[in-house]
Amino acid sequence: MATYDFLFDGLGLREWCDAGRTGDGPLSMADLLAKGGAGRETPWWDLPFPSLDALNEACGRIAQSRDATKGVEEGFLAIKDALRFVLDPLTQPLSWILEFALLVFEAAPWWVMFPLLMAVVYLATKSVRLIVFVTACLAFLAFIDHYGFAMQTLAIIFVCAFLCVLFGVPIGIAMSRSDRMQRMTIPVLDMLQTLPPFVYLIPLIFLFSVTEPKLYGIAIILYAIVPVIRLTDLGIRLVDRDVIEAADSFGVTDRQKLFGVQIPLALPNIMAGVNQTIMMSLAMVVIASLVSAPGLGVLVLRGIRNLELGVGLVSGLGIVLLAIILDRVTKAALDRVNAAQKI
Amino acid sequence: MTDKIKIAIRSLYKIFGDDPEGALEHVRAGVGKTELLERHGHVLGLQDIDVDMREGDITVIMGLSGSGKSTLIRHLNRLIEPTAGQVEVDGEDVLAYGEERLRSLRREAMSMVFQKFALLPHRTVAENAGTTLQVRGVRQRDYLAEARKWLERVGLTGYENHYPHQLSGGMQQRVGIARALTSNSPIMLMDEAFSALDPLIRTDMQDLLLELQKELHKTIVFITHDLDEALKLADRLVILKDGYIVQQDEPQHILLNPNDPYIEDFVSDINRARVLRVRSIMTPLGGGAPPAEAQGEVDFNDTLESMITRSGGDTSHSYVVVQEGAPVGVLEMTNLVKALVPRAASEAGARKY
Ligand SMILES: Nc1ncnc2c1ncn2[C@@H]1O[C@H](COP(=O)(O)OP(=O)(O)OP(=O)(O)O)[C@@H](O)[C@H]1O
Ligand SMILES: [Mg+2]
Repeated sequence: MATYDFLFDGLGLREWCDAGRTGDGPLSMADLLAKGGAGRETPWWDLPFPSLDALNEACGRIAQSRDATKGVEEGFLAIKDALRFVLDPLTQPLSWILEFALLVFEAAPWWVMFPLLMAVVYLATKSVRLIVFVTACLAFLAFIDHYGFAMQTLAIIFVCAFLCVLFGVPIGIAMSRSDRMQRMTIPVLDMLQTLPPFVYLIPLIFLFSVTEPKLYGIAIILYAIVPVIRLTDLGIRLVDRDVIEAADSFGVTDRQKLFGVQIPLALPNIMAGVNQTIMMSLAMVVIASLVSAPGLGVLVLRGIRNLELGVGLVSGLGIVLLAIILDRVTKAALDRVNAAQKI
Repeated sequence: MTDKIKIAIRSLYKIFGDDPEGALEHVRAGVGKTELLERHGHVLGLQDIDVDMREGDITVIMGLSGSGKSTLIRHLNRLIEPTAGQVEVDGEDVLAYGEERLRSLRREAMSMVFQKFALLPHRTVAENAGTTLQVRGVRQRDYLAEARKWLERVGLTGYENHYPHQLSGGMQQRVGIARALTSNSPIMLMDEAFSALDPLIRTDMQDLLLELQKELHKTIVFITHDLDEALKLADRLVILKDGYIVQQDEPQHILLNPNDPYIEDFVSDINRARVLRVRSIMTPLGGGAPPAEAQGEVDFNDTLESMITRSGGDTSHSYVVVQEGAPVGVLEMTNLVKALVPRAASEAGARKY
């Protein structure tokens, strides 16, 4: 005697239900519980929510929740091969790029890497103080023998942030030019931004094998691309209308307007987006160590898994240092752009 | 100055809203700006505008805020598309132009100066001034040379490599003017180009514009809401109100014969002696001989102010007016005194006493 019998009886569906009841399915927890308390009337205040399991008790034709979960899984597995057939070759270059970058960053001796990074910092910021700071941080990491891990993390961030900009800026530009495109893209961006990072990993693990770098590459890019898209769109939409009008009045082509006016004037916003994108890549690369992303995240993971407090804390400090370096350098570059276009 | 019509605007209408065509019917049937907005939810930008602008003239468009000045000037280079009507430049219908021809019109035939300067903040002064040539595909060395030339002409030598934010407002607008001049276009559109500047700088800029114009003879369309500025610059004055033209004529003529209370209000507060010229109030000779009892000769273009000084305030005097050496009319000082009183003021005075 199940609670919702009255419903199916009332609707005259009893026969349809009974015809479907096979009774040889595996017992669910609810079945077991029901068996235990069989024959007892349920008082009305104990009326369970009409969930799948509760309805199944009354009518065998209704699927149980675990069947639904299973259905989702089977559905996903069914399209998995097709998806994989399309996505695998498309994303294969990502694996190559990541492997290559990791190889280069690991193979390059430290006395090449240090001057190279210093040069990059100088080009981006023109600030000697920052160079000293960055060098000191890297030297400290090297001193405590975390240099290799830090370089792996940096390599992944460089590749992913670069790809985010490469795809994100054009998407942002397309959004700024068409309201329809903007309306269609924003829900996707909202979803990417609100999904907890772990949730990205679930479908990806099934799609690609865990040993492939592109698995974490895709997760990082999906997670970190949002700010650069949003801020490119915003930046271009915020460009002074008077300046756009002036450009129009001189007879610029769309191309000239985009590259000569809109992008340069939106650059401070785009750069702010790049800064956020890099910071989010860093956050994700740590989480992605769960799916075999190398770098400092692996050490953090080891610290958690084996309760090696020291390892976890020191590598955590390493991540903080990297975060500060990346943030300072991109912010300084942003300030330089801002200073050049005060109005 | 030639008599050639450079820009002709013919029965131009502009209505802002969802269904301008439908609203146009109402406007043609005589519905006014306020009523159109309240009853039909459309903004009447311009109605039935007819203006001829002569080559080499400064045509000033004047009106209060919201009267449609900016809307009108933006029709000339089609930054705004009209609801109905024609715009002709050099006799060609601009509205029929396709994208390519419109672009070359904007690049070669017209250049524009903006109230808020609208310079590119990330480019130097010289690069800004050269933009108009750069978009045409001129090489950097050439457009920078041309830009330097015009920057020097507007008095900005030495600032070529500064950025706009390093300059004062007046200097920024000089860059704006240099940018328009660099394009070497025969037509210049100036939308309240001097309104954002303080009064002294503003006078400087007006003088600069007149000086340049003496040399370059461009066709200039100048927008302002300031009557003094309008009278100083205008060869022809067009007065707008609520999107229609109240009066258009030579400024002296409008001053002496305002045809609308709106304009009388406008003109009642200015120093007429300084603005009006002898030619506007003289009695033409019409082929007759100049009177013998005249106190002397005065130039056609002298202001009334200078005449008052000269006559010592004696209203019985009269003078022979000469233009380029030949006598063309007679100036009675009594007429001069009458002209100093605006019509509205004299009527109001008569009613009072
Ligand atoms: N894009 C638009 N949409 C709706 N109404 C508009 C638009 N542009 C202008 N208008 C309206 O058209 C009228 C004329 O505007 P316009 O900008 O031409 O005035 P203006 O004479 O230049 O005023 P100002 O001296 O303040 O610059 C105003 O009533 C304004 O509200
Ligand atoms: Mg305006």
